[in-house]
Amino acid sequence: MSDTFQLDGASVPFEPGQTVMQAALTAGHYIPHLCYHPEFKPHGSCKLCTVKVNGHTTASCTLPAEAGLNVESDIDEMNGLRRTLVQMLFAEGNHFCPSCEKSGNCMLQALGYDLEVHTAGFRHLYPDRPLDASHPDILLDFNRCILCELCVRASSEVDGKNVFGLSGRGITKHLIVNAESGLLKDTDIALADKAMQVCPVGVILSKRVGFSVPIGQRKYDQRPISAQALDDAPRQADTGGSCDVCEGTP
Amino acid sequence: MAADGDRQPVDLDSILDRHARDPNALLQILRETQECCGYISAAAIGHLSATLDIPRVRIEGVAGFYSFLHLQPHGEYRVLFSDNITDRMLGNQALMEKMCQQLWLQPGKVSEDGLVSINTTSCTGMCDQGPAMLVNGRAITRLTHQRVQEIGSLIRNRTPLTDWPADFFDVDDNIRRSGPLLDNTCAPGDILRTAVALGGKSIVETVKNSGLRGRGGAGFPTGQKWEACRNASGAARHVVCNADEGEPGTFKDRVLLTRHADLVFEGMTLCALAVGAQQGFLYLRGEYRYLLEPLQAVLQRRRDNNLLGKNILAQPGFDFDIAIHLGAGAYICGEESALIESLEGKRGVPRSRPPFPVTHGYKQQPTAVDNVETFCSAALVMQMGAENFRAIGTAKSSGSKLISVSGDCPRPGIYEYPFGVLVRQVLQDCGAVNTRAVQISGPSGVCVAESEFDRKLCFEDLPTAGAFMVFDDSRDLFEVARNFVHFFAHESCGFCTPCRVGTAMLKQTMDKIAAGHGTQHDLREVENLDHVLQTTSHCGLGRSACNPVLHTLKHFRPAYDSRLKSLDFEPGFDLDGALDRARQMTGRDDAGAHLKTEET
Repeated sequence: MSDTFQLDGASVPFEPGQTVMQAALTAGHYIPHLCYHPEFKPHGSCKLCTVKVNGHTTASCTLPAEAGLNVESDIDEMNGLRRTLVQMLFAEGNHFCPSCEKSGNCMLQALGYDLEVHTAGFRHLYPDRPLDASHPDILLDFNRCILCELCVRASSEVDGKNVFGLSGRGITKHLIVNAESGLLKDTDIALADKAMQVCPVGVILSKRVGFSVPIGQRKYDQRPISAQALDDAPRQADTGGSCDVCEGTP
Repeated sequence: MAADGDRQPVDLDSILDRHARDPNALLQILRETQECCGYISAAAIGHLSATLDIPRVRIEGVAGFYSFLHLQPHGEYRVLFSDNITDRMLGNQALMEKMCQQLWLQPGKVSEDGLVSINTTSCTGMCDQGPAMLVNGRAITRLTHQRVQEIGSLIRNRTPLTDWPADFFDVDDNIRRSGPLLDNTCAPGDILRTAVALGGKSIVETVKNSGLRGRGGAGFPTGQKWEACRNASGAARHVVCNADEGEPGTFKDRVLLTRHADLVFEGMTLCALAVGAQQGFLYLRGEYRYLLEPLQAVLQRRRDNNLLGKNILAQPGFDFDIAIHLGAGAYICGEESALIESLEGKRGVPRSRPPFPVTHGYKQQPTAVDNVETFCSAALVMQMGAENFRAIGTAKSSGSKLISVSGDCPRPGIYEYPFGVLVRQVLQDCGAVNTRAVQISGPSGVCVAESEFDRKLCFEDLPTAGAFMVFDDSRDLFEVARNFVHFFAHESCGFCTPCRVGTAMLKQTMDKIAAGHGTQHDLREVENLDHVLQTTSHCGLGRSACNPVLHTLKHFRPAYDSRLKSLDFEPGFDLDGALDRARQMTGRDDAGAHLKTEET
């Protein structure tokens, strides 16, 4: 018998050690998210999963579940904040959906539709982010990076390779690769790596498989992300893995 | 001094050995590498990566986080002008421009001969004797046109820093008003002897009874923190002194570390006894690099006198020592969990809390992190007793507080007051006249106007970490706010979306208003940004980043309105501004190189 907390009026059971996000997804309740991935320890940087708990706002992916919490997620105020955060991510990078191989499979784009982001909201920063096409099989298009660190975590924790990392600070923070040349071709990344599969946007792409599924027939073209996230979610989170790489986590 | 990539690994081994090849010391190792070679070369990173068994991507990530570390050659002389608003008010921009002209280079760029680079940096903590700069990490104060010209010549002649006139590096304490803390003349070890007689548990009780609250700004009860750390389970406990005094306008910790280092270390040792710690760290901001050797000497003297080390004061089992870690230019490391990350040799990114450092701090062990002044005050509590300490100040803010006064006043410096002093009193004592506003506790604090000068500096009313920047009626409060907004954007760690992007957007909006393109729409956007930053940011930096704008808007709206276009909306794209690069490339700035602008 487990304890429960309230999420938008529903009673959500949880196991000790679970965060609000983990318990909610396991119980079939969707909370929008980008940097959270069920297979990795949450680190709470994108803030899309911000919820209101007993009157305070906090990221639900890192908030330890506690009996009796009153969590509000699907309310105008939270969705408004999420809309602005998505606008910020679009304005921060260079996102041209119509020509992007990830269009239709992109979580940022899908959340944009789902949260009804109809305007840019901010002036775009148009950063200069040259792409890295050095690797024979893999393309890196940094223009689309939202700094979720999933590839950093996957490469370190699952692949044991540390192919990716972060450098810089503030708005100049950026993804780097583990090579003196700074080029992906000089790393030990492989197509079968977990790091190849986790990018929620279109940064890490396999070469020569472009547009094998036509735009319009892709994952989030079929059903909105809120309806699909739960299909992927109820995998048990690997809470045992420790991560001393990713930021903000102890 | 020459940056020679081939030479680096040789020098590196002695640095690595000095730090026992400990991966946790990565930041210290990088900082010393930079100090000896001028920058951190790709070859050096390869060597460090192999020796410390840290992936190079992570070493680059750490080096890329801290402002004072460079992965590319950055000049034999690296000049950084302190760019706090107080430095600006003293004319730092004109000085920097002049120096750039003298040395033929652009800010942020390295001269073509690789000799020198000139740029700005966040407040260096010399606001009472600015304008200030750092040259290769060494603080220089009281810049004048003449001094800047001399510095330019010394650089051009490649004169080693050690041969520069010694008075360039003078840093004054400027103590204007003292109290129980600054007047303390206790001999090293006296307070500790009292504490040893009491024992750990009674120390905690005494500090709790004194009502002492953290002096770093948040005001958490110190005794409660120590008790939680004492009671937390862990293999080892740690004491950390936060001397990363980065809040612009604050410089009181610098003075305490200069004049009362023994009291600081006495307080830390006291805390070690109270919580049961054996290892302590002083996290010293990189800007105060010049204090490292004097502080090391004090630590050595205390070791020699059995006030640090094994069996302190002949008490069997009372073992404690203190190591000094230097920061490398990152304001965020003043946040305690970011500071701990930095101590562990990582990027200074605040951790998700809970758990808090008292249970999961340095190396996930219980850690008591307190401000420099807090440790001094705790020592004072032991010396004078909880009752006497509580008799000073107000009901909820016991003891005295050091205020760092700077800006428009004839007597800037350090003032010690009992908590509860009126803003008006401080203004009177420092001789300020025609004061328009005071920024209390730095950019993340509050801006008060004349109507609020009868408010009190204490946790009940105006909490403060100590900064007190005075602006008279000649000052433009919009420019003050804009300077602070630039500061937050520069210092955001970039971990969370709202702060990383939001501070950049806020900076862009303030610059747009400054350029005369702002509209009412932009002010509404600031309010929206504020809401998002307040509610979703990961830590206090993001949550307070809009404060400077909101506070000045509240009191000094005309400073904004006078800059706004009457239009409700003005696009961010500036057609004439788009020609800027072309103007730069052609070296033209005449009327023909500008689009004709029609005033509406």
